[in-house]
Amino acid sequence: MVSNRFIITAIGVDKVGIVAGITQKMADYNVGIIDISQTIMEDMFTMIMLAGVEEDNFDLSSFQKAMSETGKMLDLDIRVQNEDTFRFMHRI
Amino acid sequence: MKILSVSCTGYEVFLMRVHPKEILETIKMVSNENLDIRTVTMGISLRDCCNPDIDAFNNNIYEKMTTHAQDLVSTAEEMQSLYGIPVINKRLSVTPISIVAESCGEDDLTSVAETLDRVAKDVDVDFIGGFSALVHKGMTRGDAALINSIPKSLSGTKKVCSSVNVATTKAGINMDAVAQMGHIIKKTADMSKDDGGIGCAKLVVFANAPEDNPFMAGAFHGVGEPEVSINVGVSGPGVVNSAVRALNDPSLGDISESIKKTSFKITRMGEVIGKEVAKRLGAQFGVLDLSLAPTPAVGDSVAAILEAMGLESCGTHGTTAALALLNDAVKKGGSMASSSVGGLSGAFIPVSEDADMIRAVQRGSLSLDKLEAMTSVCSVGLDMIAVPGETSASTISAIIADEMAIGMINRKTTAVRLIPVPGKDIGDVVEYGGLLGTAPVMAVNNFSSEQFILRGGRIPAPIQALTN
Repeated sequence: MVSNRFIITAIGVDKVGIVAGITQKMADYNVGIIDISQTIMEDMFTMIMLAGVEEDNFDLSSFQKAMSETGKMLDLDIRVQNEDTFRFMHRI
Repeated sequence: MKILSVSCTGYEVFLMRVHPKEILETIKMVSNENLDIRTVTMGISLRDCCNPDIDAFNNNIYEKMTTHAQDLVSTAEEMQSLYGIPVINKRLSVTPISIVAESCGEDDLTSVAETLDRVAKDVDVDFIGGFSALVHKGMTRGDAALINSIPKSLSGTKKVCSSVNVATTKAGINMDAVAQMGHIIKKTADMSKDDGGIGCAKLVVFANAPEDNPFMAGAFHGVGEPEVSINVGVSGPGVVNSAVRALNDPSLGDISESIKKTSFKITRMGEVIGKEVAKRLGAQFGVLDLSLAPTPAVGDSVAAILEAMGLESCGTHGTTAALALLNDAVKKGGSMASSSVGGLSGAFIPVSEDADMIRAVQRGSLSLDKLEAMTSVCSVGLDMIAVPGETSASTISAIIADEMAIGMINRKTTAVRLIPVPGKDIGDVVEYGGLLGTAPVMAVNNFSSEQFILRGGRIPAPIQALTN
């Protein structure tokens, strides 16, 4: 069973409005925030968010497209990946 | 508004699941270190397609393959999007054509290769493997027809790959087939001479060929395989290279440990994707093949890993030992991470596809003889090596025979993918483009092996075969 939770990562130069821009777009797609953390790693602003969707037939690809457009506007590299990618790689 | 720090109640729960550092590690593997699912390969049995009429046979295989594979590419792309890991190639492998086309009674099987090429185009896959014959102990009429059709088939098609298994540990080496393959390779190069003999890049001669390998050019769907299977090839020399280089003055034990852990992580990721692809396509999940397959991208190199261990240039003394350490650590990490590890699983050393390997050849540290030694401790064999166009068929056969002997005695898969490039000589460079890369033409030994090859017959199965 594929998880319905996603890890959203945004990496780039820190500036005002990053979280606002991203969460607004998430709200548009009815994607909820389960957890959020941000940090500076190797001089880069890094935001990691655990997000969840309720619907069974969530349109992931259009959400990914919208997020990468948001990323372009904010000059960030934004990725949306299923949490299983990380869970399987780092946890037994 | 600028958020300076965020703390949610669920934060610790999140941390317990996966640490942000680990998330970033994964992202770095993909964005900076070329981690990818190198291939999702669907194996399709063609055993129920046999027909005495070759046109009917071609229709049968076209229908069956396009039906099963129609959603392969879109499903693989969905997986890429879902998990955020690139899936580079989508491929098909089929039952060795020599077996399923035998009842047609035809001597020319080029039309079958053309049908496979049409399937590849219509379902948009990158390659189809299985224009193959298994002749380690002898040849049937169908095997002979297939082998004789190789030069024309590979020069006339774009996406069809061919392999011939000429040796096993249990059967020994079929030296008649080895002798014939020298001529077939020469002819294949000659028929694709306008493209640097590229036909030979799609032709592999094997000892102990695995029946479920997802990598090309040697993939085929063995006779013991299910109706439809999904085999996945995961790669990541760049990831291992970075992991080794990040260590601070490590001992060789530390290096091995680090490679093992990295392989473990890569394999886990491959397994989750492979199983999901298989489930969505209604196919059986076959094997996960963790093979460090280099690409021409900077740092995505097996030679670079060996050099990171402390060798000045790949091919110098110590290279075989370093490669043995690497190959073993990759296998150990992979085998702990998944119960489905199979295929070739280890390190590949295709010269033309590995930028640091090419550099090593050009500065004179890596020779054909050293590559042969290296193949005794890593997966597969003499791979994507260009030799002078003037190299005789018997010398090519003798190179194959040496490599087959290594596989036979060590109970492992070995393979030869040599390109005698028409009109080129030592020091010339041939550009193949894409993943096939750039091949420097390497020197072969100029003393003759002709008489040895002409003797023919079989090299008997070794004492290692008597295990029952």
